[in-house]
Amino acid sequence: MKSVAQREPNVIPGFGITLGFTTFFLCAIVLIPLAALVLKAGGMDWSRFIDVITSARAVASYRLSFGASMVAAGVNMVFGFALAWTLVRYDFPGRKFVDAIIDMPFALPTAVSGIALTTVFAANGWIGQYLEPLGIKVAYTWIGITVALTLIGMPFVVRTVQPAIQEVQRDLEDAAETLGAGRFYVFRRIIVPTVLPALLTGFTLAFARAVGEYGSVIFIAGNMPMKTEITPLLIVIRLEEFDYAGAAALGVVMLAISFVMLLAINLLQAWGRKRMTVSR
Amino acid sequence: MAGPSSYAEAAAELASRPGHTNLRATLVRWLLIAMSLTFLGALLAAPLAAVFATALSKGWDAYFSSFADPDTRAAIRLTLITAAVVVPLNTVFGITAAWCIAKFEFRGKSFLITLIDLPLAVSPVVSGLIYVLLFGLNGWFGAWLQEHEISVVYALPGIILATMFVTFPYVARELIPLMQQLGNDEEEAAITLGAGGWFTFFRVTLPRIRWGLVYGVILCNARAMGEFGAVSVVSGNIRGLTTTMPLHIEILYNEYNFVGAFAVASMLSMLAVVTLIIKTLVERSGYRRR
Repeated sequence: MKSVAQREPNVIPGFGITLGFTTFFLCAIVLIPLAALVLKAGGMDWSRFIDVITSARAVASYRLSFGASMVAAGVNMVFGFALAWTLVRYDFPGRKFVDAIIDMPFALPTAVSGIALTTVFAANGWIGQYLEPLGIKVAYTWIGITVALTLIGMPFVVRTVQPAIQEVQRDLEDAAETLGAGRFYVFRRIIVPTVLPALLTGFTLAFARAVGEYGSVIFIAGNMPMKTEITPLLIVIRLEEFDYAGAAALGVVMLAISFVMLLAINLLQAWGRKRMTVSR
Repeated sequence: MAGPSSYAEAAAELASRPGHTNLRATLVRWLLIAMSLTFLGALLAAPLAAVFATALSKGWDAYFSSFADPDTRAAIRLTLITAAVVVPLNTVFGITAAWCIAKFEFRGKSFLITLIDLPLAVSPVVSGLIYVLLFGLNGWFGAWLQEHEISVVYALPGIILATMFVTFPYVARELIPLMQQLGNDEEEAAITLGAGGWFTFFRVTLPRIRWGLVYGVILCNARAMGEFGAVSVVSGNIRGLTTTMPLHIEILYNEYNFVGAFAVASMLSMLAVVTLIIKTLVERSGYRRR
């Protein structure tokens, strides 16, 4: 018998052609266009670039995009955990149906969720009419933006946390309770540590998706400069003014945020895997 | 150390017995279920119901007659054409990428996987912007394209390119982990026994990855038909010419033609429901996402 470590020549054909095709397609559709964006912004005068990305209107849009995405991802962390826990641990009528519709925001076009949420949360909408007397305006404020971002981020948290809850060892919980630990103690010392990496990964995935979101937000946002104008919308406005360099500069900022988010997600997932293997 | 009271001790003992639940556990359980369902109801069920309620608010006749509008028909046609071009191309790409990544060892593989996933992290608006910068009038190829009277931006090719970018990773990221897990043994056996490469792919590999492929393709299709941000940037919103269904919804909505807007939205919602049904059926057949 040959040892596994010994490299055998691979008999499967097609390496050169598939790698070539993959690389070509990747370059043509993804890498060259992204490079064009970076070069366009790089071709700007440095001081002008800084002026564009630190203008008061741009900074207000970052604050809104980041703030609303943060709140939305936080809300999803709480309700996403409750949902995932409910789906894994409890049996109730319609559980399978609920489990299936969690993925709805992945499949539902953003323009549809945008106009639908606006209708429901407007002052005369099904839910908005009950919030209006309480002085809570949802549609056309930052709260509405947060609601839209919560919807699109929800499946990310639930789908990341669900497998982690399945990993929680129930005999460990039972043992702790038999030894006199209260339910909250078990939650804090056994459940939270097991689920935490997944919860943070879900949070980051939801946040990353929310920061760049456009379609579902613009209908409910009101789109007032400095107040309810998200960064992606500002890019679109710059393009409509034929200010290509300005749009490219803001696009580069968004792209940089995407890269930081990707890095954070990879680090969190690596941490989660490490925690899993140590605990086994 | 303060020992647990005798009541707590008894409760803990009861709770640890298999199949036994105490009052507090039941309370927490129903509280969590109620909280989850309220959240889903307000965020997902109510808006979906509102789509159909608004679309039908003036009766079935008004609903159906909104599809008679030539611009709406043009939008539906454009969406179907875009998906018909984009989905097969990205499927071929996904299979090819998965073959080279799962079947062979080479340097830079994990970097390649990261690059394939990249479009998922990019804002839809940026996804459209990059093509405007490349092919727009002031773009790199803008002058050349104008000389040859080819329009990319504000025309069908731009819409197709932007949609391709956005849906680029869908099939590949479904197939790569699946094929990596299935391993090479069966393909190697087929090749050693004299089967050709294509024969091996169609008769050995394809039957084993078919559910993963279906999964990737339907999600790719749902996103391709529903993409708004990226397409909105490159399309120019020329009514009846470069508006896909989601863009047409925006136009109708801004004109306060709510029945029309929500009628088109109801079609896309049904597409999403069908996508979820196929997805659930695929999962029932034993396919698990990795």
